Amino acid sequence: MVTNLPAIGTQFLIDIPALDSIIGGLRRRGYEVLGPVVRGAAVVYDAIEGVNDLPAGAGDEQEAGAYRLTRREDGALFGFVLSPHSWKKFLHPPEARLFAARRDGRSFRLLNGGPAPPPRYAFLGVRACELAAIAIQDRVLLGESYSDATYRARRQGAFLVAVNCTWAAPTCFCTSMRTAPPAEAGFDLALTELVSSERHVFVIEAGSRAGAEVLAEVERHEASPGDRLEAERAIAAAKASIWRKVNTSGLRELLYEKFDDPRWDHVAQRCFTCGNCTQVCPTCFCTTVDDSSDVTGQQTERWRRSDSCFSQNFTFIHGGSVRMSAKSRYRQWLTHKLGAWVDQFGSPGCVGCGRCITWCPAGIDITQEAAALRADEEIAIGKGDAI
Amino acid sequence: MEAIELEQDQTSQVDTFQPVPAVVSQVRKDTPDTFTLTLEPEGAEPLPSFLPGQFSMLYVFGVGELPISISGDPQEKGKLLYTVRSVGKTTHALVSRKVGDSVGVRGPFGKPWPLKAARGKDVLVVAGGIGLAPLRPVIYYILRHRADYGRLVILYGARSPRDLLYQKQLDSWSRLPDVQVLTTVDYGGLSWHGHVGVVTTLFRYVRLQPLHSVAMVCGPEIMMRYVAWELEARGLPQGDLYVSMERNMKCGVGFCGHCQFGPYFICKDGPIFTYREMRPWLGKYEL
Ligand SMILES: Cc1cc2nc3c(=O)[nH]c(=O)nc-3n(C[C@H](O)[C@H](O)[C@H](O)COP(=O)(O)OP(=O)(O)OC[C@H]3O[C@@H](n4cnc5c(N)ncnc54)[C@H](O)[C@@H]3O)c2cc1C
Ligand code: SF4
Ligand code: SF4
Ligand code: FES
Repeated sequence: MVTNLPAIGTQFLIDIPALDSIIGGLRRRGYEVLGPVVRGAAVVYDAIEGVNDLPAGAGDEQEAGAYRLTRREDGALFGFVLSPHSWKKFLHPPEARLFAARRDGRSFRLLNGGPAPPPRYAFLGVRACELAAIAIQDRVLLGESYSDATYRARRQGAFLVAVNCTWAAPTCFCTSMRTAPPAEAGFDLALTELVSSERHVFVIEAGSRAGAEVLAEVERHEASPGDRLEAERAIAAAKASIWRKVNTSGLRELLYEKFDDPRWDHVAQRCFTCGNCTQVCPTCFCTTVDDSSDVTGQQTERWRRSDSCFSQNFTFIHGGSVRMSAKSRYRQWLTHKLGAWVDQFGSPGCVGCGRCITWCPAGIDITQEAAALRADEEIAIGKGDAI
Repeated sequence: MEAIELEQDQTSQVDTFQPVPAVVSQVRKDTPDTFTLTLEPEGAEPLPSFLPGQFSMLYVFGVGELPISISGDPQEKGKLLYTVRSVGKTTHALVSRKVGDSVGVRGPFGKPWPLKAARGKDVLVVAGGIGLAPLRPVIYYILRHRADYGRLVILYGARSPRDLLYQKQLDSWSRLPDVQVLTTVDYGGLSWHGHVGVVTTLFRYVRLQPLHSVAMVCGPEIMMRYVAWELEARGLPQGDLYVSMERNMKCGVGFCGHCQFGPYFICKDGPIFTYREMRPWLGKYEL
């Protein structure tokens, strides 16, 4: 057994074959490795076997309501910014069977002892905002009194390889949500891709013992001060290019006060209540349940499916739904993400990934809506510029 | 008699989402559309104990699952009672169970009524319609611990005389010392000789010691708001007034998101809240 493990936090330099060995090392340990791949016209997260599956040279252009896959000359493996998928689809899957049961006389018997054991996942390419999103879902689903068995089983065994962004999309606003790179905690390994005409390498560090063990097996040498500086500069440049922002100071109170603001009517005229935003959001966690029986009525299953506060029957109680209007549903979503979440879980429920902006068919922008609600405030109290 | 603890350790269960079958041992018709089911364990494993105000998620095989408050005596171990009003698919399936059928149970969940904070004080129970069901365990508890509490006042309103729950019990409680029971209905009919009008009209018959009382209120939201205004006007501090809230619930444990009400999850932060907590949010249209 290797006794000389690379120290946690020490940065090393590895090349592409070494990255391939890391994937191999994870697979040998029994992990199902998931990473970015091009499918159709987007980068998504799916099973990978080696670096050849990674989307070399893929980039993306994102704007409110728009996404386009582009080609990059430099062959970067992590040159795109964000996939419409998030790791939520593996950790908190859109569908999960809660139980199956069989009629037994006038009673019933559960057929299995809970959800099937999930695969052990290794995620390759978890961005800093996505690490923050996973930490948020941990706080929601691994509560003090109860924890969600499906999530816990998948999360406990997961191995996370972070990638620090060296490019940002115009839809990103992680800097104002305090989730920006470099990744600081919560990963097993963290990579920063350095790609230029001279070389294509990665600065890598272990964040856990499991990460150090995987790193110990691959060819590496300690990163030079120059390598480290290059990585820092690339990350800093990405962050410097981010212009979207949410001013979070006093935002929770502001949103509560703005319950009757006319801005909600304004956004309701544009919102289709399609729920795309909640679907792509890496922190949105709401679910519903469905019961379905076989034709004989002898056997039944209860499934949990992802749900959205934008659906009308989300708040159904006998006699009708509480939130009938589009206005009330958008207000619930935004007020929850940026306000109520702080009361519930100690931080906003938004990490600034911008997915909801890119994938909204109406191009509705959470940062703009939050700013507009605040702007009304500033005009009303006579400070700040009128917009 | 064994005392129940007023606090409960809610550590995580093996799988929060798996219902445990329990057998219906009695079905009582309370009103034309409301029935009380008694559940007892199917096997050797006893049913869990509960605190007044807590609810269970009841599951009807192949039909669905819903939140129902426990309406029985918390000290009568081994049984769980539920008073269910048939309003839709699953509640209809539930009240159609026959003795010997089984129902799935998860829970109990939620925060209880403040029976600890109410010790030494007068207790005012105000209920509307099916809202008396989650308050009945409070009444049972106080009657079993009579010396720990002051006067018990029960104000109860329903649509019509035949919609009044637990009529025989209300009668017998009203004959106990230091217990005042007043009922009222919206529509009396010819044979009704009692009060007619909303439950707040009963306050004029109550001698309230505002700084020495705790009020526990359950009923339609609008009724709870009127009751709260009335009690506030009579000097009851907002923190001594408790209400039980209701929203759509799919999980009961804070995971599904459906029951959110402003900053709260009704299932895990409630369903019982102080009026002080609820006041900023109650009555907000489409919250
Ligand atoms: C904490 C709590 C305690 C309750 N205690 C009782 C009680 O003691 N007795 C009683 O008769 N009723 C009680 N209810 C209300 C009861 O849960 C609803 O009447 C019931 O869910 C209606 O279901 P249904 O399928 O018959 O109706 P449908 O109208 O067919 O409803 C379909 C689905 O919508 C949801 N839904 C509808 N109405 C409600 C509602 N009011 N609250 C939550 N979800 C709803 C449920 O998921 C339900 O399965 C309580 C509700 C809550 C939240
Ligand atoms: S609310 Fe939008 S920007 Fe924030 S985490 Fe969710 S998808 Fe990303
Ligand atoms: S904000 Fe956009 S993505 Fe979200 S529900 Fe409305 S239209 Fe759909
Ligand atoms: S009922 Fe699911 S979160 Fe409250």
